[in-house]
Amino acid sequence: MKTTAFDFEKITEKYGNDKTRLMDMLIDIQQELGYVPQEALPVLARKTDTSQAWVEQTLSFYHFFRRQPSGKYTVFLNKSVVSWMMGRERVARTFEEEAGCRFGEVSPDGLIGLFDTSCIGMSDQEPAALINGKVFTRLTPFRVREIVRNMRSGKPVTELSTSGYGGGRNALEVIRSEVRNNIQRKGPLLQDNYQYGEVLRQKLKTLSPEDVIREIQLSELRGRGGAGFPTGLKWEFCRKAKGERKFIFCNADEGEPGTFKDRVLLTEYPELVFEGMTLAAYAVGAREGILYIRYEYKYLEEHLHTVLRKLREENLLGKDIAGMQGFDFDIRIQYGAGAYVCGEESALLESAEGKRGEPRFKPPFPVEKGYLGFPTIINNVETLCDAVKIIHFGSEWYRSLGTEASKGTKVLSISGDCRYPGIYELEWGYTVNDILDMSGAEEVQAVQVGGPSGTLIGPEEFDRILCYNDLATGGSFIIFNQRRDLLRNVVLNFMEFFIEESCGSCVPCRNMPWLLKQKLEKILNGHGVWKDLEDLESWPGIMRINRCGLGQTAANPVISSLRNFRALYEERIQKGRSFDEGFELEKAVEESCKAVGRVPLI
Amino acid sequence: MGKEKEYVTITIDDQEIQARPGEFIVDVARRHGIYIPVLCNLKGVKPAGSCRICTVLVNGRPMTSCTTPVADGMEITTRSPELEDFRRSVIEILFVEGNHFCPACEKSGNCELQALAYRFEIMVPRYPYQFPHREIDASWPLLLKDHNRCVLCKRCIRTIFDKEGHPIFAFRNRGHELEITIDPEYGKNMTDEMARQAAENCPVGALLYRKKHGFEIPIGKRKYDKEPIGSDVEKRKKEKVS
Repeated sequence: MKTTAFDFEKITEKYGNDKTRLMDMLIDIQQELGYVPQEALPVLARKTDTSQAWVEQTLSFYHFFRRQPSGKYTVFLNKSVVSWMMGRERVARTFEEEAGCRFGEVSPDGLIGLFDTSCIGMSDQEPAALINGKVFTRLTPFRVREIVRNMRSGKPVTELSTSGYGGGRNALEVIRSEVRNNIQRKGPLLQDNYQYGEVLRQKLKTLSPEDVIREIQLSELRGRGGAGFPTGLKWEFCRKAKGERKFIFCNADEGEPGTFKDRVLLTEYPELVFEGMTLAAYAVGAREGILYIRYEYKYLEEHLHTVLRKLREENLLGKDIAGMQGFDFDIRIQYGAGAYVCGEESALLESAEGKRGEPRFKPPFPVEKGYLGFPTIINNVETLCDAVKIIHFGSEWYRSLGTEASKGTKVLSISGDCRYPGIYELEWGYTVNDILDMSGAEEVQAVQVGGPSGTLIGPEEFDRILCYNDLATGGSFIIFNQRRDLLRNVVLNFMEFFIEESCGSCVPCRNMPWLLKQKLEKILNGHGVWKDLEDLESWPGIMRINRCGLGQTAANPVISSLRNFRALYEERIQKGRSFDEGFELEKAVEESCKAVGRVPLI
Repeated sequence: MGKEKEYVTITIDDQEIQARPGEFIVDVARRHGIYIPVLCNLKGVKPAGSCRICTVLVNGRPMTSCTTPVADGMEITTRSPELEDFRRSVIEILFVEGNHFCPACEKSGNCELQALAYRFEIMVPRYPYQFPHREIDASWPLLLKDHNRCVLCKRCIRTIFDKEGHPIFAFRNRGHELEITIDPEYGKNMTDEMARQAAENCPVGALLYRKKHGFEIPIGKRKYDKEPIGSDVEKRKKEKVS
């Protein structure tokens, strides 16, 4: 293979042979060769002064890193729940037929590799796939045949599709993507009533860093990623923490199945996101910022770099920002490589430091000891956008939005069985019913609020309201109509997701989802008994002692479906039996008896 | 912020205790004769917090005592029916996750997992045995790696480095497929001392030192055959009282 001639040292040197930049090195190699060959390992280990085992530890953690050649065109087809609902099965079968190989394999001619992947942030336009980093949405068998035909005729990945570009900035020269924004409802955050840069150029002239923090605290803004930690308090802690360097991270690793709002924010409002990071830097005294973004959004890379360059030219990044002497701050982009757990802030830091994305134990918290051991702020994309608007329009304005206990708005990602999937910005306080009405959902059986780590609710709870003290959510909102098999299509899919995405460090998280899935399958296959339901109820209790949010919530699909849809379980278990016999003798010999015309002697 | 206090006061199971700030709960408890079971923890080594068996309640919240430093006013509960159940559950999960055939294992009697199971009087796990297919790696001159028995505690990863500080052991993969690997280059150059230390640090029989004769000390006369795990810690309490 050509890899023998490949200069791995050039790549390690590009990153100063710094082992904390291992992710970037591996991503670059993969980008060049389509996979990371074994012979890269000794070079990377030697140049970064680690060991091959260490390099492999990172390499083998992220599922987008390939270890073998994976086709000239590498297809990652989404297997999240909404993808299945929208016709993944036929799309996948067509891919297999046309490519001549199964999922998990590469076609014999080495042209096409077919692989599964977890939610890629396109739930409003499924089934969707990544092909060599490019996104293809709304796939149908017809389109798959067309795409594969174009692959066979050797077209570049940018010319595989004929579907035209999605709206807004998706049509920009630097994006050229068929992804649609699907902005269905704009609230104060998404409204185009603000010219980026105004806060940095004007407001900060009269506000000290402490003033900024106070204003954010007064607004009662809480983290929009799902955990809901008060943003102003986080900034204050970081301001007070001592450190030679400080870092601002924007967490754009939205991996919760069913969420895609950050995709839209980064496509349409990246200036706002970067301004939010710069504002945070001003508030806490940081000079370095990192946007940690999931690999699935690689198609936005050039766009984001273009915006960063523009902001530097306009003096909104770089030295003496907006003419303020000594206010220096710049941002670099750090890509992940396929790991849901890296959305957890300390796992994100580990990943950004070139390691496997294993959550750290806390304390110490990142505000004291974060990236490379320095005080670090990690904020969600949406939170940072909110912060800019709060400083612009004032905390009082922001506090007038939402409910008594939950101020402001939330950008929801709505998908599944509804007429108008997409993103909706709503003040906190709407009921589930309101949202179902808004999105054109009918005959709704259930809604998954907050993604797999959230909760599955039925119609009797549709009058609950979205806010921090009732239904809190990072924004994923998936609707299931009456025809969906909740246990087989939803709960099982979510459990498989958690099995794949566990980092494996904590004993309960590494094993319990697996054990629960076995139970669930037993019940789905008609072998369940009453005791299995009791086990499903009592076993997940131990998930509480896992280290991170992923582990603590990884049994939620089972817990919440069993609590709210118990009848679905009960109707599938064997009645009046306390023990599953494994098989029924009469049934097992039925066919042979029929064949030889014998009456079974049982 | 003011000057760091020299001592903090905490309560462990209603007993008021003074400790140095920054000390881990498990170490403070150990010094005071309170046994909190541990498996991945190794005294004096950077904690991993991965087995979760040392979970205690800190002001009512479950936290691993091996990773949580004491802070002034902490109220710590080390024993409750719920905590006992968590601990038993972790042990049971580990037994079904791997393939642990104690009678045929060289580590039997010195194995911390086995000792914990005895201490918690576990007869049969509530979870179904998985009987996974796991590899034995006998390609190293000094070490035998039997992944059937590995509990992924990271002790080898955290303690064994070559003389320049390069990590020799590491994880591979994630989640259910997580395993330990030995670096192909540094593994070859492992010294006797390093291999012996790796096997000694391994709480189970996943890493065995090949130059040692097996069963030199017969089963029945080994460390945990004489007294249950944790007895050394609890003796301290008795000495203090008397």
